[in-house]
Amino acid sequence: MAQAKLFGSSIKRREDPRMITGRGLYTDDVKLPGQTYAVFVRSPHAHARVRRVDLSRAKGMSGVVAAYSGKDMAQGGVGPLPCGWLLPDIKIPEFRGVATDKVNFVGHAVAVVIGETPYAARDGADQVVVDYDVLPAVTNGEKAVQPGAPQIHDNAPGNVSFRWSIGDKDKTAAAIKGAVRVVKQRLINHRLIPNAIEPRASMASYNSATGELTLWVTSQNPHVHRLLMAAFVLGMPEHKVRVIAPDVGGGFGSKIFLYPEEVTVSWASKQLGRPVKWTAERRESFLTDAHGRDHITEAEMAVDRDGKIVALRVHTNANLGAYLSTFAPLIPTFLYGPLLSGAYKIPEIYCEVIGSLTNTTPVDAYRGAGRPEATYLLERMCDLTAKAIGTDVAEFRRKNFVPASAFPYQTPVAFLYDSGNYEPALDRALQMIDYRKFRSDQEAARKKGRYLGIGFATYIEACGPAPSQVAGALGAQAGLWESAQVRVTPTGKVTVYTGSHSHGQGHETTFAQLAADELQVPFEDVEIVHGDTAQIPFGMGTYGSRSAAVGGSAIYSAIGKIKDKGKKIAAHLLEASEADIEYQEGKFGVRGSPGRVKTFAEVALMAYLAHNLPKGLEPGLEATSFWDPTNFVFPFGTHIAIVEVSTKTGKVKLVRYVAVDDVGNVINPMIVDGMVHGGIAQGVAQALYEYAAYDDNGQLQSGSMMDYALPKADDLVSYETDRTVTPSPVNPMGIKGAGETGTIASTAAVANAVMDALAPLGISHLDMPLTPARIWAAIQSKH
Amino acid sequence: MGGPAVKIQVKVNGTAHTSEVEPRLLLVHYLRDVLNLTGTHVGCDTSQCGACTIMVNGRSTKACNMFAVQADGADILTIEGLAKDGKLHPIQEGFWEKHGLQCGFCTPGMIMTAYQLLQRHKQPSETEIRHFLEGNLCRCTGYHNIVKAIQYAAEKMA
Repeated sequence: MAQAKLFGSSIKRREDPRMITGRGLYTDDVKLPGQTYAVFVRSPHAHARVRRVDLSRAKGMSGVVAAYSGKDMAQGGVGPLPCGWLLPDIKIPEFRGVATDKVNFVGHAVAVVIGETPYAARDGADQVVVDYDVLPAVTNGEKAVQPGAPQIHDNAPGNVSFRWSIGDKDKTAAAIKGAVRVVKQRLINHRLIPNAIEPRASMASYNSATGELTLWVTSQNPHVHRLLMAAFVLGMPEHKVRVIAPDVGGGFGSKIFLYPEEVTVSWASKQLGRPVKWTAERRESFLTDAHGRDHITEAEMAVDRDGKIVALRVHTNANLGAYLSTFAPLIPTFLYGPLLSGAYKIPEIYCEVIGSLTNTTPVDAYRGAGRPEATYLLERMCDLTAKAIGTDVAEFRRKNFVPASAFPYQTPVAFLYDSGNYEPALDRALQMIDYRKFRSDQEAARKKGRYLGIGFATYIEACGPAPSQVAGALGAQAGLWESAQVRVTPTGKVTVYTGSHSHGQGHETTFAQLAADELQVPFEDVEIVHGDTAQIPFGMGTYGSRSAAVGGSAIYSAIGKIKDKGKKIAAHLLEASEADIEYQEGKFGVRGSPGRVKTFAEVALMAYLAHNLPKGLEPGLEATSFWDPTNFVFPFGTHIAIVEVSTKTGKVKLVRYVAVDDVGNVINPMIVDGMVHGGIAQGVAQALYEYAAYDDNGQLQSGSMMDYALPKADDLVSYETDRTVTPSPVNPMGIKGAGETGTIASTAAVANAVMDALAPLGISHLDMPLTPARIWAAIQSKH
Repeated sequence: MGGPAVKIQVKVNGTAHTSEVEPRLLLVHYLRDVLNLTGTHVGCDTSQCGACTIMVNGRSTKACNMFAVQADGADILTIEGLAKDGKLHPIQEGFWEKHGLQCGFCTPGMIMTAYQLLQRHKQPSETEIRHFLEGNLCRCTGYHNIVKAIQYAAEKMA
């Protein structure tokens, strides 16, 4: 099995040579003859009626090609943006991407100006005059649902989009009533802004002779973009729209969704008969990329005499922003409530969620999407409860783990965990951090007035979404399978077309490893194609750590079909029974007859020559598979952070970070480690630095990279990572998914570490981000 | 509004260019849109992210923070000019070997900043590397492997 080593090897990435030499192709790099540029005019008000949009001066500017208001677009047939996940009794406000008569968040577009150059379009946009009647705004989810709050949408009374719950309310209440100890805490999981370093961009080119529209767009899922835009917004025939997502410079969820800008440039290109390009300025990214998190939660954890958790009750207000972004209703419901059992055996859980509408940017999936919110809540509650009953935080977790013998494990909140073995990951992490030594170092340091803290997150997550039938029953307006097509050329080379789409994950490398192994052909003989609706049969794209588990399984399945057909051809050529053919080391051979073989390339050639094929067998060698998973997959692990807090300044210094993850079998350890590193950085940043701060008028006060504290290299440390391996039974390769683990675990680990450091000062909880100002004020209040 | 076009002469990656540009044209747009050198990226247009970092007369510079007219007479090196005769620069090699990139968007700026760093400090410590990268944001790697990539290059260039 000369090729078997590819799966599990840290092979250098194929993507890199172009990216390290400046020869990648990102959307803004695409150039077409006659292209024009779009600049949007955006509302400076969070809530206002649009009385008048005067485009006349803009239209008269030199270099301005056209200008359109929201009304122009609505009259021109552009519909509102759809929401792709429905819940019972959900209220969906109509989202006009370019507002027609009312704006509901700062940054909401009111007009677009198209210019010969970006500078000319900007000049034109500056000449658009808009009259607003400013209305009172509300930005906080809890305040929005109070009586007397400004009413934002007529069809969502009290600014409530939905009320949702999971678990048994009565049994949970009874368990809490009968518990020995109940710990309550109000927790704010603040709003974040994704900030992929590549701003969103789109370039549309409509050919009036053929009626075809080609759209290059920064997308994690080009087919989903095409479907939503063609069918729901522009009313164009889907087969006449080609969506290409070339190299995509990071997404973290924010490039899943359909946004007003790609719709607008597509429509404008059709009006003008010229290509139209738009690239976000960073300030537009802050104001218009879907934000993440923003929960206000009241949580109660109840334990029995032995320190075992008996119940968890959660009430959350999830601020959805001004409109429901593409998958917004999913995130604080089915990707949140069912995660609340975590790694623990909790007999009763009840969670209710109010989805509130506010005058802020829409909120949707951001790396982890619901799971970091659940994990933060659960892991903070574990620490608070363990400390309340005087138990060590690590041992509290161990005592409450779902035991290895209990898998598959049915939680009280819908999920059936596929596989797990939580203690070895905890033990390995404790060993790496040298827990006992740390506790004695911590004690010694405190005597010298230094405040060290340690924080744990023994998390689980659910990824690899999802069984389509289940998703449909829960409100998805899409299937959540993935497709793959494998084409073998007459010379035995292989092209794999996948519906997954990399925005940094390295699919061109990992999928080639997978395919080359399964086909037992050289790595160099496999090409991976993705990101183009004209080439890929259909695809659901990349999010929810699903590409390897779901997209990879589709590739695996298609390759199985290739091998089956190859066996038929080989059996015919070798005059043997198909049942006696085995495929090894790239050769079809007859079992028990060494030397009677046909190579993969010989079989491929005959498939296309078709001179001598079994009767009734079609020529050609290609196969398509649509893989619909039977369950989510459930990675887990233990993350431990050590911090030191300066009581003089309130500044937190991250000292060490240990991550032991179990993501099942791993195709490329180097790539998985890289994703874990990046995830940790994003989660640490939520705990310590990043914060989307709105004032009461709805102005985003942290709306630039000057004000929004993205972590820099010297804010972070080198991470210490390891893995345990518990394969998933859900897919043939035993893969679980690794793209979000770091983000899901690290926020809680770091927050717990800071609280551990501050415990001797009598501070048990502070909301994030744990900035120097916030910590310093808390310390002062204790004096 | 743009003023009348101004003639500039620049040398980019060893090639001389003469162009007429609007005075307000940013250097990064000149490189990307006029010279078609799209390896230099725009991530923030406010000089925080560093994706547009290039070398101007031997100094690492954020090309979004400078007008093309200010580069008149300058000698510029961009990511496209770093590999010589098809051979990667050791920093590029380090980023490939140590998985110093994921989405690749910040990478050209990171590499150009590292280029300046290793000119100034032949054997930088991890702390010095992290400090020098303060003006370059990466959202994918958590910087872990970028540090390793630069350490690899430093060793290779020693």
